[in-house]
Amino acid sequence: MWNYSEKVLELFYHPRNQGVIEDQGEPEYAVSRGEVGSIACGDALRLHLKIEIASDKIVDAKFQTFGCTSAIASSSALTEMVKGLTLDEALAITNRDIANYLGGLPEQKMHCSVMGQEALEKAIYNYRGIALPEHEEDEGSLVCTCFGVSGERLRKVIKENRLTTAEQVMSYVKAGGGCGSCLSVIDDILASCHFPAGMTNLQKINKIQTTLESLRPYLQADGGDVELFDVENDRVLVILKGACGSCASSLDTLKGLIEERLRQEVLASLTVEAV
Amino acid sequence: MTIYLDNNATTQVDERVLAAMLPYLTEFYGNPSSMHRFGGQVAKAVQTAREQLADLIGALPSEIIFTSCGTEGNNAAIRSALATFPDRKHIITTQVEHACVLNLCKTLEKQGYRVTYLSVDSRGMLDLMELEAALTGDTAVVSTMYANNETGVIFPVEQIGALVKSYGALFHVDAVQAVGKIPIHLQNSTIDFLTLSGHKFHAPKGVGALFVRRGVRFRPLLIGGHQERNRRGGTENVAGIVGLGQAALLAQQHLAQMQSVQALRDHLEASVLRTIPDTVVNGQGSPRLPNTTNIGFKYIEGEAILLLLDREGICASSGSACTSDSLEPSHVLRAMGLPYSVLHGSIRFSLSRYTTEAEVEQLLAVLPGIVAQLRALSPFNAADQGWIEERTQAVVPK
Repeated sequence: MWNYSEKVLELFYHPRNQGVIEDQGEPEYAVSRGEVGSIACGDALRLHLKIEIASDKIVDAKFQTFGCTSAIASSSALTEMVKGLTLDEALAITNRDIANYLGGLPEQKMHCSVMGQEALEKAIYNYRGIALPEHEEDEGSLVCTCFGVSGERLRKVIKENRLTTAEQVMSYVKAGGGCGSCLSVIDDILASCHFPAGMTNLQKINKIQTTLESLRPYLQADGGDVELFDVENDRVLVILKGACGSCASSLDTLKGLIEERLRQEVLASLTVEAV
Repeated sequence: MTIYLDNNATTQVDERVLAAMLPYLTEFYGNPSSMHRFGGQVAKAVQTAREQLADLIGALPSEIIFTSCGTEGNNAAIRSALATFPDRKHIITTQVEHACVLNLCKTLEKQGYRVTYLSVDSRGMLDLMELEAALTGDTAVVSTMYANNETGVIFPVEQIGALVKSYGALFHVDAVQAVGKIPIHLQNSTIDFLTLSGHKFHAPKGVGALFVRRGVRFRPLLIGGHQERNRRGGTENVAGIVGLGQAALLAQQHLAQMQSVQALRDHLEASVLRTIPDTVVNGQGSPRLPNTTNIGFKYIEGEAILLLLDREGICASSGSACTSDSLEPSHVLRAMGLPYSVLHGSIRFSLSRYTTEAEVEQLLAVLPGIVAQLRALSPFNAADQGWIEERTQAVVPK
């Protein structure tokens, strides 16, 4: 079974904002929807937004999701996150923000957070009357025909999440996870996505420290804690404290949560070890 | 209380099996290859287990090679068959085999062998005409399951074997899911090799066996000492083997009881179909193992069902991609050509002789609510099906 955070499980067992927002014909409000995924892909989300026209604010959000635990939790989290935001503020939400809200997702489940971000973007673009390119209808522009992923979408997710391997791409957008015939194209796209020059050591350590700080409340809630000990190249040495130090599943915490989060937030090549 | 309905994954060790094993972990710890009496009494226990297992499958004790697991048995049989026919470069198997057969075949393809993966129909059944068309004088071995681990569908192995024999090829059957659940008689069978694994019928994990018909040439996978009549090197897992023998003895006694397991399974299926709409039994209409049912709950996803069942203390299994690192749902259900609305939400319930009516009733009490809860979340619920996209994909073993 996957190692889900408490927040993921809480929002799966008790999802908030499930359902539909009907357009009541109120002149001061608009209802918009964004649909992403399909039954073939195994994940699908229909996001409903109620928008106050004068203020450009999202006053209500609901979801309908077909998918696994993390898909349902990501959808529910998204609706909580966007309520009260202006549309521009909502558009700034990334899939990583959704994953962070959930206390992290297993890397193989990051596509659930991507689905949330894309549904949000679609709903807002629909409201604003901006047409999104429908790559799914144009087989020629698709890189992955099994999961209907275009090159443009791949580049966006790769850049936003600083992905470096085809395996990560599969986890985030599923592309390449079907017949596998597009893997060489994905490699080419990865190679073409040049990231800015790397961080300095000080920037890297500061980012690691900040990321660990963001995780501590989740560990402390379970009676544990974590502290940075040292950084040697890509090896991050941490001290697990309290329940995390003695817990039978501390390795899961170390690898499944801390290492995964640091790889997402700082550098994909990082490994974490307890001292 | 845990309600365990995942017996095709593994079973609990019968306490009588454990009791038979314990002395061979404590008091009788000799090496069965030793010449002294301390080793001799252990060798005798291994021989008794060999006889008990042979009795269960209607074989001769000398036709049994103890192994570590089903994977080892399957690998050993297929590789042995290929070594027997160095000039034949063709293998036939099916699209719905266990990963240890499919992945071995993929490896062999890279080594120059040609592999035919037979398809199955929507009921999970093979087309014997397709098999006959695939067989040639170049075919070294045909490897099929006896019964499928996900759907329980039973293949007509003797009919398959008759065709295989007419082309002079060897016939291997992966019977890991079938042994102990249905009667198997190998004495007058067309099967040359048959694989079984102890932990599927109440023996511990880490012990299995391969039947090799007398007279069929066998090339060992593990080269070592003289153990298993030079057919499998390595000191015997004595306690495991003793447990396997005891489990075989008990399985034979309990075979008649499988009718009541089937009655319970049938009750489970019928009740689910009656009380939960948009639900199908995968493989229904084909002969199936008495303990297995694979049910597709349309418009919802398997992992979510499993997690809600788990919260109720009920353990089952899913063919859903979301329960594994793979992004593709079950290769078995895909090979059957099931629509995506079914296969993403398919759950396997596998019973054992320990499964009680009360446990099944408890499942039936909570399952409709779980399905309704997830369907209420789904955009594909019965009231709103405008967005369903049933894209299909060619099934090619990867």
